[in-house]
Amino acid sequence: MIRAIVSRIKQGYRTMPYPAKPLQMPERFRGYPVVSTLTRTAEQVDETANCAYGAFTTESGGCLDMGKCLFCAECSAGAIEFTTDYQLAVTSREHLMVHPGSERHHARQLAPDLLRMFGRSLKFREVSAGGCNACEADTNVLSTIGWDLGRFGIQFVASPRHADGLWVTGPVTQNMVKALITTYEAIPAPKIVVACGACAINGGPYIDFPNVNNGAGSLIPVDLYIPGCPPHPATILDGLLRILDKIR
Amino acid sequence: MNGSLRTIYNGSSLPLSDIPAVDSSRFLQSILDAADRGWRIVSYFGIPGQAGIALVCVLANKAEGQLAVTRTDVIDDHFPSIASLCTQVQLFEREIAEQCGLIFDDHPWFKPVRFHRALVPGRDAWNRPADEPIRVGVMKYFQVAGDEVHEVAVGPVHAGIIEPGHFRFQCHGEEVFHLEISLGYQHRGIEAALIGGPHPRTLQVMESAAGDTSIGHGQAYCMVIEALSGIKVPPRAEVLRGIALELERLANHTGDLGAIAGDVGYLPTASFCGRLRGDFLNMTAVLCGSRFGRGLLTPGGTIFDLTANQRDDLLKRLAEVRRDLTNAVELLWSSPSVMGRLEGTGTVTREQGLELGLVGPAARACGIKRDVRNDYPFGIYRMTHLPVATAFHGDVCARTMIRWQEAQKSMDFIEEQLRHIPGGEHRVKAAPCVGQRLAVALTEGWRGEICHVALTDEAGRFLRYKIVDPSFHNWQGLAMALREQQISDFPLCNKSFNLSYCGFDL
Repeated sequence: MIRAIVSRIKQGYRTMPYPAKPLQMPERFRGYPVVSTLTRTAEQVDETANCAYGAFTTESGGCLDMGKCLFCAECSAGAIEFTTDYQLAVTSREHLMVHPGSERHHARQLAPDLLRMFGRSLKFREVSAGGCNACEADTNVLSTIGWDLGRFGIQFVASPRHADGLWVTGPVTQNMVKALITTYEAIPAPKIVVACGACAINGGPYIDFPNVNNGAGSLIPVDLYIPGCPPHPATILDGLLRILDKIR
Repeated sequence: MNGSLRTIYNGSSLPLSDIPAVDSSRFLQSILDAADRGWRIVSYFGIPGQAGIALVCVLANKAEGQLAVTRTDVIDDHFPSIASLCTQVQLFEREIAEQCGLIFDDHPWFKPVRFHRALVPGRDAWNRPADEPIRVGVMKYFQVAGDEVHEVAVGPVHAGIIEPGHFRFQCHGEEVFHLEISLGYQHRGIEAALIGGPHPRTLQVMESAAGDTSIGHGQAYCMVIEALSGIKVPPRAEVLRGIALELERLANHTGDLGAIAGDVGYLPTASFCGRLRGDFLNMTAVLCGSRFGRGLLTPGGTIFDLTANQRDDLLKRLAEVRRDLTNAVELLWSSPSVMGRLEGTGTVTREQGLELGLVGPAARACGIKRDVRNDYPFGIYRMTHLPVATAFHGDVCARTMIRWQEAQKSMDFIEEQLRHIPGGEHRVKAAPCVGQRLAVALTEGWRGEICHVALTDEAGRFLRYKIVDPSFHNWQGLAMALREQQISDFPLCNKSFNLSYCGFDL
C-alpha cells in the first residue's frame, strides 16, 4: 500500500489541461487538408489526381471528402496539403467536403431538447463492426487518466439499455449488420449515433469490398462524423465537446 | 530433407517451377514427417483454379533457421484430413475448405471459420444453398451433457470497447469444462481483394489487417514486395523499421500489463500503464505522424526519415517513460493480492503449446523458445541480437512476466539503435514484381509470428496472397487455458492472450 502511494506521488497528476489549454500535435500529424486550386488542364488532372479510395474528385476546382480520406502519408491526389489541425469532426456528411477556399465547418451542438438531456451525462454503447481495432483503441484511450473522459460526463457503458447513443467503428461487415441494428434498436430513444473513423463513415480502406457496407450511414442515421484512419483522440474529444456545447 | 520440400529463407523468393508438385499422399506424408521432426506449419492454403485447387504448405525449421515449401494439385472435391494426426493444421484445413470449397474427409472439427462464400463461386464445402445468406456463428457447437451442466453464450457484442466474437462455455457450476470460440464477424474479405494485386490500396489494407499491428503486417508486406521485385532496403530504413516495430510492441505490452492489472482490480498499475501506453504511441507519431505507424513503411524503405532533433526527442521521451513504466510494473510483483490472482490461473502446458503451434508471448510463457527475430532473423535483427525471454509455468502470471521482460529488451534495443543509427538513404525506388515467383515473409509482431506468402502470375500480379496473423494460431490456446477454470476468470485469461479478431477474420 505504501509503495502504491509512493508510486502515485512519483507518477504525478497526469490529466491534460485540455480544453482549457491547447493541445500540441506531432509535427508530422496529418489533420485538416488544404486543397489548392487546380491550375492544370483537365487531362493532366485526370492522370495525377487519382485517390484509390475516391476521396478526391476534380469537380468544382478539386474536392476532398474527409469522410473517405485516409490521410495517407503520400497522397496520390497531388493538390492536397495536410495541416496539423485536428479539429475535424462535423455533424453533417456534406460538411466533410473540402474545396479550395471552402468554409470551415465544425460539429454543431445538439438540438436544445437533446442538449438538456445529454449535456451533463452522455453514455455510449460501442459496437465494433469490422474495424481494425485502431479506432477502438483510440476511443478507449479517452477513458485513461491522461484524457479522463469522465470529467465531461461522457462514459462508455456495457448495456445498450443504459446508453444514450451508439458509437460505431468499422465499415459494418455483412456479418455484423444484424448485431449492429439489434444494438441500435435496444437503445432507448431519443438516441444519437457517432460514426468514428473513415470505415464507419464510408468504408475506409475497405470501401466497395463486397463483404462490407461502406459505413454505418447506409443502415442507421448518423449524428456525428469523426474522420481519420484512425482519428486522433483529440479529434474524437473535440467532436464530443462541441456537440455538448462545452467548446465552440 | 526429402525431395518434396524446397528450402527457402525468410524474406526471399523463388520461381514457382522450383516448388516440387507432388501427389497428395507424398504431400501429406512430408508435412507429417516434418512435424514429427519438430518443424512447424507456418502457412497452408489453397489456390482455386479452373482445373482444381493447388495446395501450398510452408513449413519452418527452427534448428536450421530455414523454411520449406511444397505443393500438390487437387482435382477432386475431397481431400484427406491430417488434423487428427497433426493438431497444428486443423484450422488451416477448415480455412482451405471455406475459401476453396474443398471437403476434408475425417476432419474431427469440420466447421466454417469466418462464415463467408468461397473465393470461387459455386463451391461450398458444407453444401449451403447459394440463394440463402450465410448466418454467422450458426453451426453445431461442441456440447457437454449431464446433471447441472449448463451452457453460457457470450457475444458477438461484448461489454467493453472491443471487437466482436462469439464464445460458448460448457460449465458445471462455475467450472468451465470446455470453451468454443466462433469468429468471423470482422471478416472484410481482405485476401479475396488482394488477388490481382498489388493495387494502389494494398499498403493501407495491410496496415489495417490488424490495426494494432500496422508495423508488423506492413513490414511483412514490404518484405514480400521487396523479395518479389529484388530490391534491397538501405540500412537506415531497416533501423527505422526495427524501432517502429519495437515501439508497437512496447505500446501494446504496456497496455496489456495495465489491462491485466485492471482485470484483477489493481488500479494503480492499470491507470499508470493506460497513460504510458499513449506515450509509446506518441513516440510512433513522432516518426510518422500516426500513433499506429500508418504511413511509415513503403516497399523499398520508409516514407519518413528521422531528423537529429527527433532522435534526441525520442531518446528523452524513452528515458522518462522507462522510469515511469518500471515504477508502475514493479508494483505488480510486490502486491501479494495481484500475484495470488495471476499465479496458477489459465495454464497452458508446454506440450499443449507445442501441439497447437502457439506463437509469440503465449508460446514463450510456457517455455517454448520461439521468436522470429531470433529464429528466422529479418531486417535489422540480422545484424543485432535480441535475447528471447521465456517463462516456465504457462499461466497468466507467466504471460504477464514475459511482456515486461520483452518490454525491457525492446527499450534497450530502441535506445541502442537510436544512438547508432546509420547514415545514408532511407528509401530506394520500388520496382515491379517479377512474375511466376513465390515469396515468404515472417515478422515477429507483438502477438507473435506474422506470415505473409505471395505467388505471382506471369504478369507479376498476385495469384494468391496469404496472411497468417499470430491470432490464427493462438485462439485455440485461449480455449485450452480456460479448461477447469472458473468462468469468472475468463476476462483475465482473455486479456493475458489479448488476441486479434480482425487479424484472424481478415
